[in-house]
Amino acid sequence: LRKNVEDFTGPRERSDLGFVTFDISADILHGEKMVSIFDWNVKQLFLYLSAEYSTKNNALNQVVLWDKIMLRGDNPRLSLKDMKSKYFFFDDGNGLKGNRNVTLTLSWNVVPNAGILPLVTGSGHVSVPFPDTYEITKNY
Amino acid sequence: QLYYQVLNFAMIVSSALMIWKGLIVVTGSESPIVVVLSGSMEPAFHRGDLLFLTNFHHDPIRAGEIVVFKVEGRDIPIVHRVIKVHEKENGNIKFLTKGDNNEVDDRGLYKEGQNWLEKKDVVGRARGFLPYVGMVTIIMNDYPKFKYALLAVMGAYVLLKRES
Repeated sequence: LRKNVEDFTGPRERSDLGFVTFDISADILHGEKMVSIFDWNVKQLFLYLSAEYSTKNNALNQVVLWDKIMLRGDNPRLSLKDMKSKYFFFDDGNGLKGNRNVTLTLSWNVVPNAGILPLVTGSGHVSVPFPDTYEITKNY
Repeated sequence: QLYYQVLNFAMIVSSALMIWKGLIVVTGSESPIVVVLSGSMEPAFHRGDLLFLTNFHHDPIRAGEIVVFKVEGRDIPIVHRVIKVHEKENGNIKFLTKGDNNEVDDRGLYKEGQNWLEKKDVVGRARGFLPYVGMVTIIMNDYPKFKYALLAVMGAYVLLKRES
């Protein structure tokens, strides 16, 4: 699982807004046997990229930046480049500026045909340090 | 004979009630089994699917989880996914939800002026599900005559069957 990111923050009156672009290259496989995660009881996967970090205001923040539904039959190999976040990366306050410890993780919700709904976190996460200064108007 | 049948009927009803109340205690949720009412979580869940919830107090609310919540003042439970979480050191959590199949987040569904949900709004977290089974509840709600007919048939069956 590899991700490359480039990011900056924009000034907003009340909360920091982060802009992140990323590449994702992943193989969604099942456990140690490395077989396809789409077994007989898996209907779809709900994948999401979330950013997790701490700020002065809040001990824990999690923001989902991007998500995708992978249906049974879709290629379990992801190779996305230059993706922009789907959702606005607002912090609850000004905790993104200068934050060196923002971690991006890819996780997924396994939706079965019937039964338990587990949440799995992918191995491999990337740390995204945010710069100390705000950028004014960058083409996003 | 009639006395026995009435007792039999009462036993069935009270056993069902005990199982339901037991489930409420074990899962920690006031409503441990809910029916999906809308298509806002498609293609994962469709109208009529049944969801099994738990609501343990120490279970933290995390991004990606599917929660069932009620907006203050409204009775209808909504099943959507958590997309933002901000938790303070003292455990105070505020979070934002969105239906997988919706373009925008749920702020439009919350109360006037409300921007976040809190733990107290949560009915439970979806842990498991069964497709289609909840359709019976939806049919009974949309066609009350069906509900009365079903109850009448069940009542008649219990009261009229003879012990051989």
